[in-house]
Amino acid sequence: MSAFNAIDGGREVDRNDYTPGIEPQPTWCPGCGDFSVLKALKGASAELGKSPDEILLTTGIGCSGKLNSYFESYGFHTIHGRSLPIARAAKLANPGLEVVAAGGDGDGYGIGGNHFMHTARENHDMTYIVFNNEIFGLTKGQTSPTSPKGHKSKTQPSGSAKDPIRPLSLALTSGASYIARTAAVNPNQAQEIIVEAMEHDGFAHVDFLTQCPTWNKDARQYVPYVDVQESDDYDFDITDRREAMDMMAETEDVLHEGTVLTGRFYVDEDRPSYQEEKQAIGELPEQPLAERYFDDSYEWERSADTFLDKHK
Amino acid sequence: MTDDELIWRIAGGSGDGIASTSQNFAKALMRSGLDVFTHRHYPSRIRGGHTYTEIRASSEPVTSRGNGYNFLLALGDSFARNPQEGAYYKNEEIKPLSENLDELREGGVIVYDSGLLDASEIEDFDERVEANNWHVYDIDLRSMARDVGREVMRNTAGVGVTCALAGIDTQYVEDLMTDAMPEKILEPNLEILERAYNHVLEEYDADAHDVTAPTGEHDEEQVLLSGSDAIAYGAIDEGCRFIAGYPMTPWTEVFTILSQNFPKIGGVSEQVEDEIAAAALAIGASHAGVKAMSGSSGGGFALMSEPLGLAEMTETPVVLIEAMRAGPSTGMPTKTEQGDLEHVLYTSQGDSHRVVFAPGTVSEAYDQTRQAFRIAYEYQVPSIILYDQKLGGELINVPASHFDREPNPDLGSVLTEAELETAPHAETGKYQRFQHDVEDGVSPRSIPGQENGRFLATGNEHTPEGHIAETPENRVAQMNRRLQKAEAIRADLDSREETHQTYHGDDEAEYGLITFGSQQGTVEEAVDVLADQGYSVKSLGVSDLMPYPAEEVSAFLDSVDEALIVEMNASAQFRGLTQKELGQYGEKLSSLLKYNGNPFEPADIVEGFKTTIIEGDELSGQETTFVPAAGD
Repeated sequence: MSAFNAIDGGREVDRNDYTPGIEPQPTWCPGCGDFSVLKALKGASAELGKSPDEILLTTGIGCSGKLNSYFESYGFHTIHGRSLPIARAAKLANPGLEVVAAGGDGDGYGIGGNHFMHTARENHDMTYIVFNNEIFGLTKGQTSPTSPKGHKSKTQPSGSAKDPIRPLSLALTSGASYIARTAAVNPNQAQEIIVEAMEHDGFAHVDFLTQCPTWNKDARQYVPYVDVQESDDYDFDITDRREAMDMMAETEDVLHEGTVLTGRFYVDEDRPSYQEEKQAIGELPEQPLAERYFDDSYEWERSADTFLDKHK
Repeated sequence: MTDDELIWRIAGGSGDGIASTSQNFAKALMRSGLDVFTHRHYPSRIRGGHTYTEIRASSEPVTSRGNGYNFLLALGDSFARNPQEGAYYKNEEIKPLSENLDELREGGVIVYDSGLLDASEIEDFDERVEANNWHVYDIDLRSMARDVGREVMRNTAGVGVTCALAGIDTQYVEDLMTDAMPEKILEPNLEILERAYNHVLEEYDADAHDVTAPTGEHDEEQVLLSGSDAIAYGAIDEGCRFIAGYPMTPWTEVFTILSQNFPKIGGVSEQVEDEIAAAALAIGASHAGVKAMSGSSGGGFALMSEPLGLAEMTETPVVLIEAMRAGPSTGMPTKTEQGDLEHVLYTSQGDSHRVVFAPGTVSEAYDQTRQAFRIAYEYQVPSIILYDQKLGGELINVPASHFDREPNPDLGSVLTEAELETAPHAETGKYQRFQHDVEDGVSPRSIPGQENGRFLATGNEHTPEGHIAETPENRVAQMNRRLQKAEAIRADLDSREETHQTYHGDDEAEYGLITFGSQQGTVEEAVDVLADQGYSVKSLGVSDLMPYPAEEVSAFLDSVDEALIVEMNASAQFRGLTQKELGQYGEKLSSLLKYNGNPFEPADIVEGFKTTIIEGDELSGQETTFVPAAGD
């Protein structure tokens, strides 16, 4: 018998179940792209029939970190850049949990860049949504890792001398097995992509373009956008690493020229998730670790019986 | 020199098999009925560089490395650098014979591998031998090994020679080799052992010197364990099944032991990208309902500061261990020190509320690791085991029965789904996981995946259900509740049958020696020596560093005229903590410090105490430093 009956409990849910009974005062600005992430996540969770009690949503610090306040589920609003290591350990502890991590572009591609790379490399079965608004919003408009070269801000008064991070390419190189980009202005595609990401058995990275009307007024609102799967102008095989890499490079090149390319960029359904890899080498038990602590019949090993002989 | 103990030093280069040979030999001596204690010295290099291990063996319990040594087996450094580098490194090959030679006691034995070493390269060797009445045996161990097996087996030849010269039955060594070695190398090793043993008996008069191994008998079965083993087993017996880490000397030992053992008991080990991730993973696993730990040494622990604060703020139980080595920065990676005390107590922003234990011995390391888990999970705080390279690496025999305990996998203050049904929920539907008014400040938690248990954990200040809040009333209520746990934990620890503080010597003594952590055994031995010499001294070894055992330490200080605080760092951190916590006794407390990379020897403390406290003189050597009491 499970101690975690919310998991695969088959509870009937609709999108309102992810709205806190009393909506906390929204701290996002009117017109902020973050609302679209929230909406898409609620829609996707309902579509997949996930109970709020079986979802663990971890976030970092920034406007995106407030997602936990407006999305009803188990939440862990962590520290700047560290949502991924907390999320992936929770998944190892209890693989039945639906684990979603979220953060901003500074959180994920800057301060947490190392974790992004390694979590993708390990291919944990989880979803990572990056609110990419190309700016530090909560701290009032500083240049971020995805701000275009030449971007002027109070901390980069002469304009940034740095090329922006290439998030999609970085995810691919690191080992993510599902990589997509969507935009706040495209709610239907956003929900579809988040559904696919949550269903994907591996590390699913969604670069979510979220316009910041307050601090990034110069930036476009990511319209018009192009869905690379629907457009006749683009033809590539999303299961082919090299073709995906070329497509990502082009997407990242043209973003700051005004062409917003979105859609699925890479999907590898064959690569085993980290949990599967660990189980295959005997380093992750079949029974979720978290269940063991509630299992009265489990006979806990003692070092005296198991390991002491070699010290005699 | 005393006859009742053997302090055997095996010296060679890194890579010469010093560690494994000495470990087996220590176990052989233990099996023969002796009490043993080992001390390791090694450089931060893969190959080459002077390394040695000392084994102290006695028929009485031994609690420190002792003073100097009385038997040297110098194998020479077979991985020494090429002669062109000699200008900087000097002749490394000879170092295992030449370095610290003056610490060899009068009348001591020197065995060196004449196949590799030429004693005439050492300045005034013959004169020093004569002056100290040393007994030298130059034996070609290399040829002995090469004739039967491979050159690397010369450490076995050295052990055979040792057995013959010190009167040790080779049967214990043979049994151990049989247990430990694969068949292919077992045969030649056994033959080398026998040849070396017989060679000595045939060629030399082993009675020419007075250094022999004592004989003894144990009342019950013993096991040979290091502090790192004890920490790992304490974690296992307390139900820990998740560890995340990044390699760093010397913490890597515990990480390795658990990584190798966890798959056998369904535990999970994760080697991750850095120590920030390591601590965060342990927090994530604990949040999801698993007893979890992480750890590092100074530099890596610095990276854990922010996750540590997150665990405090979100009240996520976690155990971290910190294996100190000499700092600051990279410092001296393989040398011991107790300089991270303040780092561990205070790192991370805001008002910290954590638990820090510094076990003094290997068996305390086991006990206190278990206690650290119990406290962490019951009170939802991070617990830290603060130890050092010395305690982590030293081997000592402990009665096997010490580990014959029941496991405790209890997750502490956690609700079940049935209990959650009636637990208080906010109007939002969230469980009130951070309630204001709860006993001992502990508000039970739920685990993700439980029905009706959802809540928000956040590093921000938060309401009972976890939502971010900055109202003054809530802030003060939550802060007070979190800090209240420290008092509850202190009361909990004080109410237990056994205190973590260790007392030694005559209760009525006039003077006190106080230390924390790994120097405990050495200080106790110094107390015995001083008592034998007629001094009125007792000691207190403190393990609870936070929350501090103020009553116990105050009572101890009230009972003595003066106290000398012994610690391995340069700025008297533990004395500072003691004065901060107690707010008095400044005129009673002076410090004896050592920070040259080597742990105290009992003689350092005996001499330090007599010179400074009794005679009021300056210390003459450079090994230790004296800091007088306020007003002196």
